[in-house]
Amino acid sequence: MTRWLPFAVVVAAAGCAVPQRQSALDPAGVQAGRIHGLWDLYLWVCVAVYVLAMAVLMAAIVRRTRAGASDAPVTEPPVNRELRMGVVVAACVGVTAVILFVFLISDFVTGNRINALTDPAAQTVIVTGHQWWWEVQYQDATPSNIVTCANEIHVPVGRTIHFELQAADVIHSFWVPNLHGKTDLIPGHTTHTFVRADQPGEYWGQCAEFCGFQHANMRFVLVAEPEEDFQHWLAAQRPPAAEPTTESQKKGQTVFLTRSYVLCHTITGTPAASRVGPDLTHVGSRPRLGAGTLPNTRGNLAGWVSDPHGVKPGVRMPPNPLEPDELRALLDYLENLK
Amino acid sequence: MRLSLRFLFLLAACGVALGCRREERDYRPGMPFISAPRFADYDESAYSVSEGKRLFQAFNCNGCHSLGGGGMGPALMDDAWIYGYEPEQIFETISHGRPNGMPAFGGPEGATPGVTVAGTVPKYQRWQLAAYVRSLSGLVPRNAAPSRSDHMKNKPPENEQDPQSPVVAPPPPEMPK
Repeated sequence: MTRWLPFAVVVAAAGCAVPQRQSALDPAGVQAGRIHGLWDLYLWVCVAVYVLAMAVLMAAIVRRTRAGASDAPVTEPPVNRELRMGVVVAACVGVTAVILFVFLISDFVTGNRINALTDPAAQTVIVTGHQWWWEVQYQDATPSNIVTCANEIHVPVGRTIHFELQAADVIHSFWVPNLHGKTDLIPGHTTHTFVRADQPGEYWGQCAEFCGFQHANMRFVLVAEPEEDFQHWLAAQRPPAAEPTTESQKKGQTVFLTRSYVLCHTITGTPAASRVGPDLTHVGSRPRLGAGTLPNTRGNLAGWVSDPHGVKPGVRMPPNPLEPDELRALLDYLENLK
Repeated sequence: MRLSLRFLFLLAACGVALGCRREERDYRPGMPFISAPRFADYDESAYSVSEGKRLFQAFNCNGCHSLGGGGMGPALMDDAWIYGYEPEQIFETISHGRPNGMPAFGGPEGATPGVTVAGTVPKYQRWQLAAYVRSLSGLVPRNAAPSRSDHMKNKPPENEQDPQSPVVAPPPPEMPK
């Protein structure tokens, strides 16, 4: 029994590192729960109607076959037959109309309910969609507490978060299937959505509006965690980037600041302050790279910083062929930015 | 189907098949093993010119050249070129800078002492920028130049810009020390 325990812990931990099943049918929030309920209603009513229609069709075919293909005259008078058929058809039309009204009203009520989750005191997070990554900024009344990160959103469980959605170039769409429906990010216009996660976990988010060549690889991770873990994470994101301590890390910082990286990325506390690409101040602690494309490991980071087009062709980041010692130094520096 | 109609259909199908030649796009630009580019590759490629437009905004060329109208820097959409209008000359301007304040985007030290840019713009991006700068005065083929921008219109779109016959203008006086 004790022999299996460490193995089981490792497997469980690995499972925790992977976001759970990304599905609108796996609700973890009240809004996704309501959408799922509506979906269930539609599904089972339509299944029942389908089964009934098929059963009647089969019965008609079987009855006709049984009666034989004979040309025996129909004995019932035409008027009675017409009347009977008319009543049946009218009844079916009436039932269909009722079902459609049930659908309409339940849809309307669900739509109202999931959009009623507003909270004027909610934490505001500005999410800006770029091609093909997500810029995330946690607002705060004190400007020095504002946190900017990328492709990663943390929320406290049970608290409503207000997302202000903007787009930098083309139309994107913000979608965390486990928590809520889709809300578009439209350039020149701010849209809003309120989301509440009711169960802790890691959920995949996705861009849900075709936005270019790498639309499929424009993903993010939304982590729902207890309130104190969330505050702890937010506090850890506020300080400027960790200073390089070893020689290799210092060389890595020089490589960063003299190549093309500095032209597009921000690392607070250094001269790098561009906002064309994602903020890298705490990139070492991110779970994924390239907007959810790769897990954040040393090998993947090496491939990403030297040849992003090998992983995500068409991405805005240019390739940077580096000497081996420069690459090692840069990796040491970036991994230290936790 | 009648024979003539069938023939017409076959002809149309051939036409469509031959017309489906998509522009070859290099998704690993700037890697060492890629051979030296031909300028026409950039000037005649709509993708390269529009990338140049994106980079022009991303690297804040607008700060001095404001969408081609100039300001602290000279206007780029007119016919006066101080340091040359050929692609290689514009590439040289962007890479190593020029006196009177143009920074060197290809390396640390440039033509104006003290005016530096941290970092290096990759070579293929400097070629793309050069192609876009040429499009600002209508020097690239019209079907490669970008169309209207999404932001407020302050100049004709590049593909409606009349070609300005370039002339070499005298350089401005030296900045006071």
